Amino acid sequence: MIRRRTVVTGVGVVAPGGASRDRFWKTITEGRTATRRISFFDPSAFRSQIAAECDFDPVAAGLTEAERRRADRYVQFALACSAEAVADAGLVLTDAERDRAGVVLGTAVGGTMALEQEYVTVSENGRRWLVDAARGGPYLYQALVPSSLAADVACRHGLHGPAQVVSTGCTSGIDAIGYAHQLIVDGEADVVLAGAADSPISPVTVASFDAIKATSPDNDDPAHASRPFDADRHGFVLAEGAAVLVLEEAGHARRRGAHVYCEVAGYASRSNGYHMTGLRPDGLEMGLAVSDALKQGRIAPEQVSYISAHGSGTRQNDRHETAAFKRALGQAAYRIPISSIKSMVGHSLGAIGSIEMAACAMAIEFGVVPPTANWSTRDPECDLDYVPNEAREVPVDVALSVGSGFGGFQSAMVFRRLPGVVAA
Amino acid sequence: MVTGIGVVAPTGVGADAHWRAVLAGTRRTGPITLFDPAGYPTRFGGEVPDFTADSYADSRQLVQTDRWTHLGFAATRLALADAGLPDRAPDPYGYAVTLASSSGGNLFGQRELQRLWGGASRTVGAYQSIAWFYAASVGQLSIHHQFKGPSGVLVAETAGGLDSLAHAARAVRRGTPVVIAGATECPLSPYALACQLRSGLLSDVADPERAYRPFDAAASGYLPAEGGAVFVVEELGHALARGARIYGEVSGWGATHDAAHTTADSAGDPAQYARAMRLALDRAGVAAAGIDVVLPDALGVARYDRSEAEALRAVFADRPPPVTTQKPLTGRAHQGGSALDVATALLAFAHDTLPASAGPDEVADGCELDFLREHRRPRSRLALVCARGFDGFNSALVLRGAAPVRGETS
Repeated sequence: MIRRRTVVTGVGVVAPGGASRDRFWKTITEGRTATRRISFFDPSAFRSQIAAECDFDPVAAGLTEAERRRADRYVQFALACSAEAVADAGLVLTDAERDRAGVVLGTAVGGTMALEQEYVTVSENGRRWLVDAARGGPYLYQALVPSSLAADVACRHGLHGPAQVVSTGCTSGIDAIGYAHQLIVDGEADVVLAGAADSPISPVTVASFDAIKATSPDNDDPAHASRPFDADRHGFVLAEGAAVLVLEEAGHARRRGAHVYCEVAGYASRSNGYHMTGLRPDGLEMGLAVSDALKQGRIAPEQVSYISAHGSGTRQNDRHETAAFKRALGQAAYRIPISSIKSMVGHSLGAIGSIEMAACAMAIEFGVVPPTANWSTRDPECDLDYVPNEAREVPVDVALSVGSGFGGFQSAMVFRRLPGVVAA
Repeated sequence: MVTGIGVVAPTGVGADAHWRAVLAGTRRTGPITLFDPAGYPTRFGGEVPDFTADSYADSRQLVQTDRWTHLGFAATRLALADAGLPDRAPDPYGYAVTLASSSGGNLFGQRELQRLWGGASRTVGAYQSIAWFYAASVGQLSIHHQFKGPSGVLVAETAGGLDSLAHAARAVRRGTPVVIAGATECPLSPYALACQLRSGLLSDVADPERAYRPFDAAASGYLPAEGGAVFVVEELGHALARGARIYGEVSGWGATHDAAHTTADSAGDPAQYARAMRLALDRAGVAAAGIDVVLPDALGVARYDRSEAEALRAVFADRPPPVTTQKPLTGRAHQGGSALDVATALLAFAHDTLPASAGPDEVADGCELDFLREHRRPRSRLALVCARGFDGFNSALVLRGAAPVRGETS
């Protein structure tokens, strides 16, 4: 039996600093930061008052009036990304192909933004426990159930294959692409729109991370607040965004002459079984996930060209994953360029894993590794090559990305250039 | 293979309690007591009776989690005990947990929203960030039971309960010998109910006996419920090596999407729904005629009931198997409800009894199916469990029941 392989043939991105694939790539390769003081509401009452917001125009993104009315912001991001990815892939499906084309999208907090806005109305500013159901908006149920994310994208593109939402907190974006990859390998689908979306910049989310001091309080200098791997880091910067990739069975892509960014060479996940928010300093489970993902692609540590780090900018994370890379990659860990684009586009919870996979696909495509911005002071416990501040032109044949999330989830994914395809 | 069943549902706590209620056809929907529902058009639902969360988790775990997770703690412990597995995984990387969740920690989340917006300080508690989000239950379970293999959380509204079992079966094939799967839900907070009312699918009939009547001429929508079921899905060799009791096999699965929204006049796409059923049958290598019993989605909304009947007729043509639904007894616990149907099917084979359907009394036009009117013995021991989710999700599972164990001491 021929082993089915998954390739990436389209990329769509909505990220802070640019609501399109090309503008996203320009932002992160120029090392520009898109973090700023929160503008969606007055953040003065909160410890962390900064975020990486998207300047997103749903009309310009081509959303229909009905989509703009019914879909919460994170779903609108996904609709824009999926349209961009499908166009990028030049994907035109026959009716029969639509039956074997699915949607797997991740989100960490789903419709929280709409749920909170509506809550304020129906509870009369938090005064009523027994909220006034009659005052709720018409799409409140769509906000309650995050399955709306996959449903709306399936509806937009007329896809009748398996549709689901994956919600494993901050690894959702990697896991969704991983599950989609498994559906293709297992023969359950030939094409899957896979990715993730989150729009958590809402008072309740900001307050939640304030309560555990996970986010950066560097309100005086928002542009430099996200400082992964820097000794002077103070937590992550909340963000929003989305990315959707067109995943396709390799033969399906070849037969239609599609442009291929790269192959999904491996995906693995482990849980640390340790703490809902704490990480084991030894990086054991993330290391195991990395090793498993590489093994699936029969890739040796020395072959890894680039690592897209989780790099959230919390001290425990940066040390945890530095240890994980050493554990899984040995001496090669010291040679491989590692960067965290969260330094520029912040941490969009479930979405960022997919945005980082989009960056990996583009790093392979263009032979450029995005930098870790805002890096100035070395942390003795973070002694690898974090590509400080400036992008680097290097051929990227194998890109590894990792994610780590509340609940103890640790995921890893490997993208590989297809043999015979050279950088653009 | 399914080797453990944990039920925490309006029918009771534990698989035995559930089965007794199913056999007796005891309706367990009633007035919502988790809050005062007097001001809402839907005032009835299915709650888990006499649920004592502190029997299944310690106070530290309970304080940082929502009731939905408490139900998950209980269902998981019951499933592990039923499977004869220890509370802590002996081989952590060989154990994983993938549950479905439709709406996260509703009661916890609403309390924190109230504190944030109605309280004196604009703050939430330290546990909001880990209690409300959809991965809360799986994260907690993974930590408590030391399930360190590839875990996950799926959302496909009601259909996701079946998807989680399909995902577990895939994970077993990929090399994780034990995967905990299924779903629990607790959508019974004032705000979550307000959200659900906007779906237009809830029943406002003010009599719990008559409010949720799928396939009946008097169908008026459904009643919401909490609870669900969690399973131990185990690789066959692993189960045999430890002499585990096997309930049955997750033999086939299929999932499709209508690519159309749920609206005031939508009814779902029977062609796509039928395709999900056929995919499950094909994967199981089973002909439609071989199916012993069907557990349908049974939404209780006339136009959806008719389209479900149409999908079943499309698959089974002139040889329809008996159809049985127990959802009217419990209400719909969304993804937990479809998981509960899987428990009912597996228990039916274990007890060698296909349970009679809880209605319809007067079959609605277009819903003429072979509803099982009396308990009867299984024949082929193959069940088709079907579920649909709001906004176009369709899923189906084929379960192959093991022969009942004779002379089992109880």
